[in-house]
Amino acid sequence: MSAANPVAVAARDWGWRHAGRKAQAVAGVSFDISPGERVLLLGASGAGKSTLLHALAGVLGEDTGGTETGTLRLDGAHPQAARGRAGLLLQDPDSQIVLSRVGDEVAFGAENLGVPRAEIWERVHAALDDVGLRVPLGHSTAALSGGQKQRLALASILAMAPGLLLLDEPTANLDPDGVLEIRDSVERVLDRTGATLIVVEHRVAAWAQLVDRVIVLDAGGGLLADGPPQEVLTAERTRSRLAEAGVWLPGAAVDMPPPLPALRSAEDLLTADGLEVARTPRGRAVLTGVDLTLKAGDALGITGPNGAGKSTLALTLGGLLRPRGGQLTASPALAREAGSTPSKWKSAQLVTRIGTVFQEPEHQFLTGSVRDELAFGPLRAGRSESEVRDTVEELAHRLKLSGLTQANPFTLSGGEKRRLSVATMLATSPDILLLDEPTFGQDANTWRELVSLLARQRRDAGCAVVSVTHDREFTEALGGRILQVQEGCARLQPAGPAAGAAA
Amino acid sequence: MSAQAVRPAAAGTLPGTQRSRLSAANPLSTLGAAVAVTVAVLLTVDWVSATVVLAGELALLPLLRINPWTLAKRIWPLLIAAAVGAYGTALLAEKTGDVLLDAGPLLFTTDSVGAGIAIGLRGLAIALPGIFLLVTVDATDLADALAQRLRLPSRFVLGALAAMRLVGLLVEEWRTLGLARHARGADAAASPLGRFRNFLGQGLALLIQAIRRATRLAVAMEARGFGSSERTWARSSTFSRIDLWVLAYGVGLAAAAVWAAAAAGTFNFILS
Repeated sequence: MSAANPVAVAARDWGWRHAGRKAQAVAGVSFDISPGERVLLLGASGAGKSTLLHALAGVLGEDTGGTETGTLRLDGAHPQAARGRAGLLLQDPDSQIVLSRVGDEVAFGAENLGVPRAEIWERVHAALDDVGLRVPLGHSTAALSGGQKQRLALASILAMAPGLLLLDEPTANLDPDGVLEIRDSVERVLDRTGATLIVVEHRVAAWAQLVDRVIVLDAGGGLLADGPPQEVLTAERTRSRLAEAGVWLPGAAVDMPPPLPALRSAEDLLTADGLEVARTPRGRAVLTGVDLTLKAGDALGITGPNGAGKSTLALTLGGLLRPRGGQLTASPALAREAGSTPSKWKSAQLVTRIGTVFQEPEHQFLTGSVRDELAFGPLRAGRSESEVRDTVEELAHRLKLSGLTQANPFTLSGGEKRRLSVATMLATSPDILLLDEPTFGQDANTWRELVSLLARQRRDAGCAVVSVTHDREFTEALGGRILQVQEGCARLQPAGPAAGAAA
Repeated sequence: MSAQAVRPAAAGTLPGTQRSRLSAANPLSTLGAAVAVTVAVLLTVDWVSATVVLAGELALLPLLRINPWTLAKRIWPLLIAAAVGAYGTALLAEKTGDVLLDAGPLLFTTDSVGAGIAIGLRGLAIALPGIFLLVTVDATDLADALAQRLRLPSRFVLGALAAMRLVGLLVEEWRTLGLARHARGADAAASPLGRFRNFLGQGLALLIQAIRRATRLAVAMEARGFGSSERTWARSSTFSRIDLWVLAYGVGLAAAAVWAAAAAGTFNFILS
């Protein structure tokens, strides 16, 4: 495979304003990146990291309706004129796969660049070797795991032989093994090709060893810091500002909310007995023999590799899917007048008993404003208008959404959307709160807010919190128990540093 | 590595079936054969031509590696529709010929029953080629053939191909949306109007998600150089001897059907 020449990147007072927006997405950015340099790009949510990467990949242009200021050059050329010199890897594996067979997918970029046929297949094999994806070329792309899909996307970019790799939060949606797979693949590729790297990632720890420079964008324009990782990530001056910007710093202490007093004589809420779960009522069981009792104030983390059936289990516990086999019984304390089978509850009965927060907040938005969104559940549950008004105000204040009550939920930032989706579930004060990957793609600030909010909810309202997550720090911070899900069965263990090591 | 070695190993589109050797035919010849047969059945409404075509189609089942039982299970709505069509036609067609059954309003004659059988068989004879196409033709191969052989614009063909993959994802998304909204208390309304409004709301939510996904996919494709310059093709869309057989079978079956109907005197031109 032809090794591409590493690309030099130069920005001079560069800025971008999206069409129809008043504020600049990026402004006044200047830097020089020499060929072969490996750069970690940091900054608060909304500081314009993705915008900068998209511009470098040549997919932002006058035709997308934005306004460019200053200059941005790849080897002296405008990025749009240098298509194919840069390869962009995005966060969501599903929305960047174009074709249905692995070999075709990897070949797609090379085809677009007009590479001769014989050379395309050489490149395809080399790229798949580079990322260590050993499946037949005819393998279905839909049948790959999350980590494999992301490695496939990386291979698809490598087949274009780019001199500049742009990675936009490439591991935010992956389990810990998937994160390492991608990190190691990138390292192997860089060692071989010598390509320039710019990677955006909230969780610095996995990448800090691999990069030799850190650039931090300031949300107000310009750069906050620019230098070697040791300097930028450890210097007191930049550290505090990075923490403020929500960057995950290696070795930073996470300020935990005060530990919970052990709840004694808590009531049983939900009991699973030999529970068998499947995505569709008559579909294949993904998980069998789950035995579990949830008490008021419990914390339970459900962990395991991508595709092990964690989300399906959560949806079943949440009364949204019917169990395929076994028993799921609500205690009288939880069921009250509603009957002991959660999957038979009406929507309005469900919201006051079990709240399920989905992975994608947008899936659960129903109205046109934050206020209506918060009021929706309580109104459905039959609360009075004044009660609802109090709930909305209290929650908006507690989750720092007070200034946004008139805003359309879809226009909020990622962190705000996440807080709102949790708040909408808390509005009906359910006895059990289920969360599917609540910390995916969140910065350190939103992460801390979530942890402290959920811990308080357990302590003060006796709410049982169940979270499906890869995030060991999150389950450790919440305490309680871990349900390890793997190869069709589930195992309970206490949460804590040992749980991660044992897995 | 030759392009030929990259022939699809993935399973056929009809679950429960395996890919057949006919999948090696160029999608254009398969399409051409299906069109020829369909035109022949459309031309005439009679039981002879429909029977010939249907027999010719069913004879392909072993070659296509479709288990007749699997097929029946999957297309049972079609079988019922064909039976209902046949019955309705027999009931309403002109009552000429000998009377077979006369029970008050129910009057069946040889001619009306013949017309009914013709309609039922014809429906199946038209539907089967479509199902066979689903089983044998891979969407990517079809796109290759359309762009390389018929010279349709590659931007349009590949865009449509990528969009088709998204449709599959949207089916899953619709399910997730339904559960997510149920969890919020959205489907509490029991009235038909409430249900309808909830359905509209979910549809709108799906539309938003579809646009977001499509936008992200478009960015990903553009970042991989899509639509920037003259492109090459990793797979060549070629014709081989099997294409000759496929086309000959299609055209031959069409001709045989028309000839048989004419010879039996049952040919009944659709526009006459």
